[in-house]
Amino acid sequence: MHNKTIAQLANELSTNRISSVELTQLFLDRINRLDNTLNSFITITTEKALQEAAKADSLRAAGNTNPLLGIPLAQKDIFCTQGIKTSCGSRMLDNFIAPYDATSVIQLQQAGTVLLGKTNMDEFAMGSSNENSYYGPVKNPWDTRCVPGGSSGGSAAAVAARLTPAATATDTGGSIRQPAALCGITGLKPTYGRISRYGMIAFASSLDQAGTMTKTAEDAAILLNAMAGFDERDSTSVNTPVPDYTASLNDSLQGLRIGMPKEFFGEGLNSDIAEAIQAAMKEYENLGAKLIDIELPNTGLSIPAYYVIAPAECSSNLARYDGVRYGYRCKNPVNLEDLYKRSRSEGFGKEVKRRIMIGTYVLSAGFYDAYYLKAQKIRHLISQDFAEAFKKVDIIIGPTTPSPAFAIGEKSNDPVSMYLSDIYTIAVNLAGLPGVSIPVGFTKNLPIGMQLIGPLFSEARLLNAAHRYQKITDWHAKTPEEFN
Amino acid sequence: MEWEIVIGLEVHAQLVTKSKIFSGASTAFGADPNTQACAIDLGFPGILPVLNKEATTMAIKLGLGIHAEIAARSVFARKNYFYPDLPKGYQISQFELPIVGKGYLDILMEDGTTKRIGITRAHLEEDAGKSLHEDFNGKTGIDLNRAGIPLLEIVSEPDMRSAKEAIAYLKALHALVRYLDICDGNMQEGSFRCDANVSIRKKGETRYGTRTELKNINSFRFVERAINYEVERQIALIENGGKVIQETRLYDPNKNETRPMRGKEEANDYRYFPDPDLLPLVITEEQIAAVRSQLPELPQQKRQRFIDAYGLSPYDANVLVSNRATATYFETVVTTSNNQPKLSANWVMGELSAALNKANIEITDSPVTAEQLGQLILRISDNTISGKIAKSIFEALWNKEGDVDHIIEKRGLKQVTDTGAIESLVDSLIAKYPDKVAEYRAGKEKLFGFFVGQAMKESGGKINPQQLNEWLKKKLA
Repeated sequence: MHNKTIAQLANELSTNRISSVELTQLFLDRINRLDNTLNSFITITTEKALQEAAKADSLRAAGNTNPLLGIPLAQKDIFCTQGIKTSCGSRMLDNFIAPYDATSVIQLQQAGTVLLGKTNMDEFAMGSSNENSYYGPVKNPWDTRCVPGGSSGGSAAAVAARLTPAATATDTGGSIRQPAALCGITGLKPTYGRISRYGMIAFASSLDQAGTMTKTAEDAAILLNAMAGFDERDSTSVNTPVPDYTASLNDSLQGLRIGMPKEFFGEGLNSDIAEAIQAAMKEYENLGAKLIDIELPNTGLSIPAYYVIAPAECSSNLARYDGVRYGYRCKNPVNLEDLYKRSRSEGFGKEVKRRIMIGTYVLSAGFYDAYYLKAQKIRHLISQDFAEAFKKVDIIIGPTTPSPAFAIGEKSNDPVSMYLSDIYTIAVNLAGLPGVSIPVGFTKNLPIGMQLIGPLFSEARLLNAAHRYQKITDWHAKTPEEFN
Repeated sequence: MEWEIVIGLEVHAQLVTKSKIFSGASTAFGADPNTQACAIDLGFPGILPVLNKEATTMAIKLGLGIHAEIAARSVFARKNYFYPDLPKGYQISQFELPIVGKGYLDILMEDGTTKRIGITRAHLEEDAGKSLHEDFNGKTGIDLNRAGIPLLEIVSEPDMRSAKEAIAYLKALHALVRYLDICDGNMQEGSFRCDANVSIRKKGETRYGTRTELKNINSFRFVERAINYEVERQIALIENGGKVIQETRLYDPNKNETRPMRGKEEANDYRYFPDPDLLPLVITEEQIAAVRSQLPELPQQKRQRFIDAYGLSPYDANVLVSNRATATYFETVVTTSNNQPKLSANWVMGELSAALNKANIEITDSPVTAEQLGQLILRISDNTISGKIAKSIFEALWNKEGDVDHIIEKRGLKQVTDTGAIESLVDSLIAKYPDKVAEYRAGKEKLFGFFVGQAMKESGGKINPQQLNEWLKKKLA
């Protein structure tokens, strides 16, 4: 049962082969039994989950047929949940209980889903390995010596280990796609503004995007149907119509023009990954797609630009955590400055402090033009690159990461090499585009992810392409042995 | 040494929107601390600002009122600094691209001419909360009711050359925001706050001197005093070989002095950058046209009309247009008095204004209505009563004793214009004071006044002065 997709579980529920309470209990049992090893959850909401499941069962009895009714899932601990701790992986918010729900939490609640708990993550979504959590690192279910990727490492590991059918996640520079790739699952980062950011704790507001971690593209489509849409409480959410993302999943790929950027297949790419991507391309050719070589000449600038813009926004977004109104406050402050300094020094972890300092520096008088403004110009160039490419192709495909999951501790003292592992994902955030990572193979028993990138609001097309691939392959159906 | 004073003003006008600039919390003044602050105002995690459209409309109004360009696209920026009453650790403001660009106000000078004061820009921003340092046993209390209240910061050019000009500009701006109904103008409650940038330079010098910024000047009177104090201080400093330091100084109205301010304003790098939570504010020509079509007649236009149509002096016109209610009152008086603008102006600015001041009430609450005052003036101009009698009727009106004609009737105050009655009164005076008549006829012309006085006394002031004069001259000749 735990290996089934949302679509399959919905069928089980609607035909009364299992109740939501039973299904929920099954996943709660798995979490209790298996998560000690993985550490993918920060909070498990057993009681609430069973209540919601019972409610879903009675709604079903009353005739409700929502495809998500009674489906258990997990929320990344970055989404505010009323009455339940929302820590954002930080000591700073270890005591924080939001008096409101994030919009996407409300949407999923209204669709009838059951909240199993809140998943572990890099502190304030800053990291690519989930080693930066106040609650300790998350392990990769395929090899528990390895990282699951980050920042949505908890969501990815939990879905990969079948502790939940699906989870929400967020992606600022690759935080959905990279852990999805490293854990062998499907991770969707929609277009910037497609899902409301209201109640989602901000890291870098102009890049942050909510999305999903699922087993399949079909499940991503089902979840996106519930989460996408304009929200008047988020001025940056976009008011364009939301299609039914499941309707076009089986559309033909005949004549689909797929762009392969040469910058994504150059130096630094693991050869097994390169081979797996080439093999996947063959499958697409078999499905009728045309492969076209393209260029994204400014890809190399995306990391430096990102590491100016994201820290700049973070330095300002995280200024509110000052020990005054909520969150961590140091013991016995002697004066205001002491209160600020110690609350923030003790409340934030190392990587968060590093980025606050970088951000403060690049926004400072005398440096603003050289860093922040220049980075914005690069951002514009990168968007232009994609816009040019999408004149020739419908979607772009490449590896999600240059290498598979690395060992815990391997890069934790080398931030730059850690930052470089996001080389293929970051440009997509800078351009605000949708991207999805799907599993396409293994290297030494570790999953390989392939990234599909499309123009703004092309989620339906991306999920269609991903789904058609998943119908003729079974990489997405593999489960790590220890968790089967 | 002759010094020239250079003043620029920064005014923060609190906009009278019902809810805050980025949240739905109420903006009402005087509520219990922290009862009007929602999760947005408190800077909670994950919470996002949404711009109040009403604030935008009000900024457009101001822009049109100062003949400024309204930006088709303006940008909200974050001003970053730490302070306990600033919940997010930044203030949402506008920096490089404000909503209102260059404009101006024409102020009235003492000699009746006008001077154009340039306005550099006006931008929208949110207010911070308040830190309360008393009543907490050495600790600081924080009230976030004010956090997020919309402000329009209006920055002038350094175009003013005296404290008097600064006051004139400030009053003109004050009148404007109240005409536009975008700010209540209450300086005591801080809804209209002013900071003054003051510097001095030698007469004839083209470069500006080093300026200081004066804060905490919450009345027109204090603006004048603070500027004058600061000018004296700077002159004394320079003449004694010192140098003015660019700094922020706080005005202390009790001691009437300015002194350097320490704390949050000190040497901050605000690290402005565009707020990624808010899209650029786009304003269309249609929006501007819609606001323009709703604009009332503004003080400068009204002043000119009062001068042209009513023949008022620029000074009188300026006083009458200083607030909309007074101007409206005045125009009603003019109409009901059957077009007696000068007399109407004198009464509104004289008797009425004095009575209102004394009783400390607003013109909108005046016990004497504009129609009643107009009626009173009509009765003066048609010679029913004299000006002197009119004052006693005004008092009766103030005390709600009824309408003008009713009071005249009841008290028998109608002026004597009957020729026969006046002639016989004059005759009786000539009979009563033969000595004075003789002296007058012998050349002591000053005694004419004596006879006028006696006649007024005997008639209870009701006699028509012109007719009396004519009869006295005839009979005494």
